[in-house]
Amino acid sequence: MDLLADVLAWFFDPDNWQGTAGIPNRMVEHVRLSALATLLAAALAVPSGVLLGHSGRGGLLAVSVVNIGRAIPSFAVIALALPFSIRMGLGIGFWPTFLALVLLALPPIFTNSFTAVRSVAAEVVEAARGMGMREREVLLGIELPLGAPLILTGVRVASVQVVATATLGALVGWGGLGRYIIDGFSVQDNVRVFAGALLVAGLAILTDVLFNVTERVLFAAGRRRVRRAPAEAGTSALNVRG
Amino acid sequence: MIPESTFLASDPLIRWSWIWDHLEEIRTQTIEHFILTGIAVGVGFAIAMGLSIIALRFRRTYGPVTWVTGVLYTIPSLALFAFLVPYTGLSTLTAEIGLVSYTLLILVRNIVAGIDGVSPAVREAAVGMGYGRARLFLEIELPLALPVIVAGLRIATVTVIGLVTVTSIIGQGGLGLFILDGLRRDFYTPLIVGSVLSVALAVVIDAALAGVEWLLSPWSRMRMAR
Repeated sequence: MDLLADVLAWFFDPDNWQGTAGIPNRMVEHVRLSALATLLAAALAVPSGVLLGHSGRGGLLAVSVVNIGRAIPSFAVIALALPFSIRMGLGIGFWPTFLALVLLALPPIFTNSFTAVRSVAAEVVEAARGMGMREREVLLGIELPLGAPLILTGVRVASVQVVATATLGALVGWGGLGRYIIDGFSVQDNVRVFAGALLVAGLAILTDVLFNVTERVLFAAGRRRVRRAPAEAGTSALNVRG
Repeated sequence: MIPESTFLASDPLIRWSWIWDHLEEIRTQTIEHFILTGIAVGVGFAIAMGLSIIALRFRRTYGPVTWVTGVLYTIPSLALFAFLVPYTGLSTLTAEIGLVSYTLLILVRNIVAGIDGVSPAVREAAVGMGYGRARLFLEIELPLALPVIVAGLRIATVTVIGLVTVTSIIGQGGLGLFILDGLRRDFYTPLIVGSVLSVALAVVIDAALAGVEWLLSPWSRMRMAR
């Protein structure tokens, strides 16, 4: 296939490995922004999800957050973040993309943190209380460690979505790997489009795999075989598409 | 792509006269959005049903089927469209192949789980009454699995409605066209109209399918009434 040969040649072209438009810089931009957005979202959503889950309230809120999160197209969020960002005096490029990504990462992390704490067996929590543990100890010593795998799943789902959606940042003046696809489209350069798609898809899959391996290594001991549950509106850990 | 200076902080967020002048086009693109979604979910459902029947009949294929559909699901939408453009061009076909591939994981999982959830006692009773495999599937298993299947359809539909906005980048219609137009012309009004309407469309369809789900599972209603 001609195209694939050209794409291969593109990857071997030293010009594509240096400068602002080079693969290393675009990759760093993409990864850095995605990591920052996911970290900020986790810093906001894990504590609030865990605390609300511990209090035993807010079940309806958690379900609504997932459903709303799924209904809002990521492209619309990025687009709406642009006028907002400009109004705030933050300009184009980094900030609208960053704000949109944080917003998109919140629902899966929040809901999974909430569910993680809520699904810790009631007997275990009762036993901990019976042994004289205080609420704080129950939360930090029992619920958090037992819920950790599910919390991490939430972070994984969010980061895969963030990496995917960061691609659209190229439309609001941001760099990242999406540049190759968007710029390639506007000059009808199929080779650049295809190469960009390979980089973006590779990064998304790599993110997913790295989190899966981390989950396996961290929680190998306590892992139970759980039958894969059907995706039910409101409870699914499936990621929201970007 | 966007020169910094052209978006002015003093521009009004929404110019109502623009909306008034473009009502006809807004209507057309909303319908277009709906049609693109309908085709994707319809074709996706047909393929997913075939894959699920294979996976249910030959259990060993379930793992590979969910693995492949899972990888498809992980690929960012813009990248998936970009892979296809050199082959199928900036066409509706490109958009639909991408959209369909995102419905598969959700639908296969829910169809298989729904049918697995049918009580063995019911199945045995049907076999005892002389039901063959095909009749058992069509008349017993499928109707009983319907609520779980519709739950999957609901998630798939809402997901696709969101993704159709992205297909404007590869030259397709739908509400994403207004978003892209707004970005290209540095003009907030179509951008906001496209975003808000695509969210509204997703919410309305989600609620409608939630209603269908509720109607199809009278037993959960009975539990709630108690």
